[in-house]
This record gives sequence, structure tokens and C-alpha cells, in this order.
Amino acid sequence: MSIIFDHVTHKYEAGTTMEKPALKDINLVINDGEFIGLIGHTGSGKSTLIQHMNGLLKPTEGTVYVDGEDICGKGYSLKSLRSRVGLVFQYPEHQLFESSVLLDVEFGPKNMGLTQLEIQYRAFEALKSVGIGDDLIDASPFELSGGQKRRVAIAGVLAMKPKVLILDEPTAGLDPAGRDEILGLIRRIHEESGITVILVSHSMEDVANYVDRIIVMNDAKVVLEGPPKTVFANCDALESIGLSVPQVTRISADLKNLGLPVRPDSITIEEAADELAALYKRLH
Amino acid sequence: MIKTKDLSFDYIRRDEEGNVESITRALDEVNISVKPGDFVAVLGANGSGKSTFAKHLDAILMPTEGSVYVNGMPTTDEDKLLDIRRTAGMVFQNPDNQIIGTIVEDDVGFGPENLGIPTEEIWERVDKALDRVGMTKYRCDSPNKLSGGQKQRVAIAGIMAMKPKCIILDEPTAMLDPVGRREVIKTAKELNEKEGVTVILITHYMEEVIEADRVIVMDAGKVVLEGTPRQIFSRVEQLKSFRLDVPQVTALAFELNKRGIPLPPGILTVKEFEEEYIKALSALEGDA
Amino acid sequence: MIRDITIGQYYPENSIIHRLDPRVKLAGTLVFLVSLFLFKSFWGYIPAVIFLFTCIHLSKVPFKHIVKGLKAVVVLLSFTLLANIFFTKGTDLVFSWKFIKIYREGLEMAGFMAIRLTLLITGSSLMTYTTTPTKLTDGLERAFAPLKLFKAPVHEVATMMSIALRFIPVLLEETDKIMKAQQARGADFEEGGLIKRAKAMIPILIPLFISAFRRAGDLAMAMEVRCYHGGEGRTKMKPLKYKLRDLIAYLILAAYLAVVIFIGKKLH
Repeated sequence: MSIIFDHVTHKYEAGTTMEKPALKDINLVINDGEFIGLIGHTGSGKSTLIQHMNGLLKPTEGTVYVDGEDICGKGYSLKSLRSRVGLVFQYPEHQLFESSVLLDVEFGPKNMGLTQLEIQYRAFEALKSVGIGDDLIDASPFELSGGQKRRVAIAGVLAMKPKVLILDEPTAGLDPAGRDEILGLIRRIHEESGITVILVSHSMEDVANYVDRIIVMNDAKVVLEGPPKTVFANCDALESIGLSVPQVTRISADLKNLGLPVRPDSITIEEAADELAALYKRLH
Repeated sequence: MIKTKDLSFDYIRRDEEGNVESITRALDEVNISVKPGDFVAVLGANGSGKSTFAKHLDAILMPTEGSVYVNGMPTTDEDKLLDIRRTAGMVFQNPDNQIIGTIVEDDVGFGPENLGIPTEEIWERVDKALDRVGMTKYRCDSPNKLSGGQKQRVAIAGIMAMKPKCIILDEPTAMLDPVGRREVIKTAKELNEKEGVTVILITHYMEEVIEADRVIVMDAGKVVLEGTPRQIFSRVEQLKSFRLDVPQVTALAFELNKRGIPLPPGILTVKEFEEEYIKALSALEGDA
Repeated sequence: MIRDITIGQYYPENSIIHRLDPRVKLAGTLVFLVSLFLFKSFWGYIPAVIFLFTCIHLSKVPFKHIVKGLKAVVVLLSFTLLANIFFTKGTDLVFSWKFIKIYREGLEMAGFMAIRLTLLITGSSLMTYTTTPTKLTDGLERAFAPLKLFKAPVHEVATMMSIALRFIPVLLEETDKIMKAQQARGADFEEGGLIKRAKAMIPILIPLFISAFRRAGDLAMAMEVRCYHGGEGRTKMKPLKYKLRDLIAYLILAAYLAVVIFIGKKLH
């Protein structure tokens, strides 16, 4: 399922004195099965961008195509779009409302008008895939720990079996281990189901390990785009807009600049360690 | 400044009839002492008890066992409650839920108003506090229009206007983006250095504790590690077992060390790493 | 969108109306409201309209902004309008179709009520546009201070109001967010009959209540650590003190009231 942004501009409060552009002439193609990291700091337009992908917001100018169809076209079913493009908002646990975990996860499939059997099957499957055990499915979602709540909320979107899964800062507020667990979970979902995943984050280090392609937004525009190594090669450009590259990337770039024979584009600790250890051993 | 003695706290859950359903020990014999002017970071994963601990320092929670002293005053002394809270101010996690005023300067004045400070002095304090956190420009704005980092700075100014000796920051950056996080930590650091305010920073972000004088690590309600950032961060594997992490450079240095490259433990910054690595390489050349 | 509701929210400006003592503005609003109920003919509204427009002009709040605020009450307005058109019985029939009968009196009454309501809402919202909630509640607290003698919790009520006003925009934004999150899970708020729509609100209301309670708890704690302990021994950063301009404003108000009463008598 591909998503195409064709000259999309979005202005909040268009036509009033308070008008402010949140997206300026965005052109993007998101291919089937990609794992994308969308990076930018608060107010860069990344939240506005993802809300265009499932029709929660509509472009002021330009067109968004999903599977070749204009999602603002006449007779286009936004409801069906939203089950195909699943969007997990920031702090998704704040939207839980049902009396039990299972019922909450069933909310999405129920809205799709599926049979009761299918609804339950999907809910169970989704809960299993996020690692919520059978012992918790009848518990009240409000009694769970923070990390568990977040998994349940993600399951609530997964149960709709979307072809595209968008997650807005899924690790916000989690501790380091919780962060790694959620990111690992997302990677597993991507690998096992092959769906497109768009991970919104403001941490380069978080996405470096996981994604195929990074899209960097700043001031309502896409400023950089490409595989992590290509994007991180622009250390200084990224830092000038207040985003930091992973520390290990900074180190490899600096050492390279100092004239050491190392690759300047290591993006994970393992890569950098291999590279630096090899250099040391060579001199030994 | 702040001292806890065998501080323990139980969360007691009761069912609808008021019978005890379960008891969870959130703090277990915590002994800590913080000297005036210190910058202490309390590090712990979610559920480690660090926030429960922070809430004891400002007499929001009362110990189940043991005691807490703020500037020598036991927090259980109800007559001293206001004194304790004007000595040790507290900033919380959610920037939206701690701003009371509808414009920035009104909010900063809220504390001094409660203390019964004369009007003129309130203005002086508000001016100074806003200046200290760099928010003077926004004094007449609505807090709703500010970024998360700016809101937290307003909250800090609100505490500073009460002229506390100590500020407790209870996960002030958990809901902020990296820019906001840097703003808040920088502000706290400056208050500590320039004003000599004691700072206790509760967090689970590793990068934020690097500049602390001392780090206290909590896990399952207990203090499990205590030391300088360098000492703490040299325990990479132990920290991981507490659901924590180390900065990427520290992890990289640790990894290289395992592979036989002589780097000192507990490297904290990119610059430090680069210097040490080059030193290690030149030592080789010297040998050869 | 729900976030667009701007009625009642403070509009920062530096105008003479903004600087007036809130007590003057409270009194002014009261006088204005009373003046609206003194007439039963269109002509009587002329001084009220002039008065209101002068105040709006002086307040520097853009007229566009005020009109935008009125959008939020369009439903209420059209409801009154229709009710008046259809249910006022009179003698001069202008339109009739099956059981629907519209009289001239009904149309007049509707026009009359529409003007009155619009003026009433605009007038009272002008007060909230130009007065920060803090000042407004300060003003209310002072205005109702005599009630303290009867042990009425004037300070507490005023504080509660001020906090409520502070959190309205926060909760509106939150509602917007929750609505979107549930829509992303396929929730539909626009389809079906009344019962189905009411039911569709549950996934919004429950998270909203939970969040409001969480916020309330947090806020109580934040107020406690900032030494809040009720109104006793509390000083004010911005104590209310009448200035010359406030006295002049009172005089103008009195003059306006006199003119209105005079015209009202003349017209009857």
C-alpha cells in the first residue's frame, strides 16, 4: 500500500488572521513494506503530516493518494482508510476507556463491522503480538502498568489489521528498558507481517537501529530524506536545526576528520565498535 | 539540607469495603543525605520508587516508617509544613498540570502570594525569578501558548519566587522533546551554580545526570548505587539490570574495553571518548 | 473543530478596556444586560448597540474575532429564532402550510430576540475577552466579599472559577486529541440517531474524565507545594485599586443607564 503526497500544503486556521502553515509543499512517496523513521522536533510538522495519511486532516492544497486514490475524492470511505492506515497517537494509553483490556482492543474491529468471531480472534491475536498474556485480558486497562497500557493501546490499532502502521513517539515517557522493548516489538511486527511502519520520533538514536529510511522535517518542510547512513552523513546540517546525530556517528565522523582511517558513517554501537577495534588491532 | 533515615513507604490498596487488598512496598529503608549546594540526580526506571521518594521530600507523602528531615525539620511536623515547602520547592512532570495562573507572571507570583509577601516584594521576586529562567520576554503571555520546555521553566520560576534553598525536580523532562529537555536541565544547572540552590533531579534519562555532583540509583524501592556519574556509568551491565542504560559513548567505550582496548571506565562525553581513543592509539605507536 | 471555540477566552491586548478594574467591567456588563431588557422595540436597542460597538472599538479586540466567537452559539441562536417564528401566535398571518402557521408577530419577535441574544452574548464575552480570568475572579471575590460575613466560601469559589477558566483550553485540546485517536480506531461521531450518537461519546468522555481527574490531582499537589492554604494570610501581586479611569468609567456607565431608562420611558 503506497502513500503519495503531491504538493501538499496544510494551513491551520486557513483564511483567518491566525493562519499558520504546518506543511509547506510536501512531496513524498512511502512504499509498501517500508520501515520509515520520521524525525523532527515539536512543531516541525510531523504530527500534521501523519494525520494526513489517514484523512484526519485534509490538505489545504495538494493531494494525498493512498493506493493510487485521492483520499479527499468524492465517495472515498475515510472509515475504511482508517482501518487500513492505523495511527497510534502519542501517549495512546490516554484513549483507553473500556472496562476490560479485551473489550478495549475490540473497539476498532467492532467499528469495522466485522463478525463477533472475527472481532474476538483479531483482538486475541493483536494482544498476543504485543506480549499481553491471557492473564491480563479481563483486567481493567486502568490497573495495568504504564508500559502494559501502552501495549494494549497499540494492540487496539493492530487489531484492525492495518496495512500501514504509524506510531507517534511510541516510546515517550518510557524508561530505557521499556523503550527498547517497544522498539523491539515494532521491529518484530514489521518483520513478521511485512506491513509498512512509520515511526515518528525526535531521537535519532532510537530510529538509527531500526529503520530503512529516515525523513527529517523542519519548519513544515522535508529537509532530508534517505537511508540512515546517508542522512547521518549530514551531521552538521542536522545539528544546525537542533537535531543531534547518534553519538557514535558523531565520533566516527570526527575521527575521520582527524585523518584516522575509519568509516565515517557508523550508526550503531556495534558498527562503531567493530570499526574502532579493527583499527586498533591493525596498529597493534 | 535533606536527610532521610530508614525511609520506608507502603502503598496500601483497599477494596470497596475498605479492607486491605494489597500492600506494596514502594520505598525500602532509604538513607540519603544531601548537602547544601549539591546537585544530586536520582536515577531509576519506571516503578523504581524514585517519584515516591521525591514526594516524601516535600511532605506530600508521609513515611510509613523512618523519617525525612528538610533543613532539620521533620516532614511529619504539621506546624512546619509551610516552612518545609518554602525551603524545598518542587517541580513536577506534566508541564500543563502545575501552572495555576492564566498568564505567566501571575503564575510565578502565586507562591509568594500564598506566603503573604508584600505586593512590592512579590513583583521584585517575580521579576528576578523570570529573569533567572530566561522567561521575562513571555511574562504577559498565556502559558497555553508556550512550548513544554518553556512551561517547565515557568514552573521553576514559580518555585524560585518562593526563594527556596532546594529545588526538587520530579521527572521534569519526561514529557519534553530533546530541545525542551536541554532547556530545563541547563536552567537547573545554572540555578545550582549561580544561585547556590541545592538541586535534586529525578529522572531516567542518562544524559541528564552527567553533570550532577552525585548520582543515586534506585531500584525496587531501594538505593542500589551511589557515586559520581563516572563511577555510576562504569557499571554498564549492572545499570542494564535495573532497566537503565548508559549514554552511547559510554556503551561504546565499554564495548571496546571488552575487546581489549585500554580505555578508562565511565567515559561520559563524545569529546572525552575521542581524546581517550586517540591517546590509546598513540600509546601503540609509541610502543612500535 | 473543537479547538476553534474562542468565545470567553482572554484576548491579550493593551487597551483602555483591558486596563479597567474588573469590578468596573462586571458592573458595566450588568448594566448592559439590564439595559437590554428594558425595551420592547427595535429602536430601543440603538443606544445599546452604540455603547457595545464603542466598547469593542476601544478594546482593540478585532471584530472578526468576536464574530468568530459567536459561531459557537449559532445553534442556540437559531433554535430561539425558529422557536419564536413557529410558536408565536398572533393576528397577522403571513404564511401557512398544513399545520405550520407563521405570524408577523412571530417574525418580529424572532428578530427582536436574535438581536437581544447576540448583544447579550457579545456584551458578556467582551468582558471575558478583555479580562484575564485571574482578574475576573479577583473582581468577583471583591464584589462578593460582603458575603464572607455569612461564612460563604467566596475565596474558594473564586479560586475554583479561575482554575476552571485556566483549564478550559487545555481540556478542549485534550478532547480534540482523544476524538482523533478514537476516529483513528474507526469511531464515527456523525452517523446514526440520537442514541447511537450519545453512545459514540462514551469513548471520548471516559478518557476525558480520567484525564481531568488526573490533572486535578496533579494540580492540587502543585498548589500544595507552592504553599497554598486558602485565602487566609494571602497577599496579592496585583491588588485591585480604583484609578481615575475607573471612576470615569463608572460615571459613563451611570450616564448610559440614565439615557437608556429615559429612552425606555419615552418609547412606552
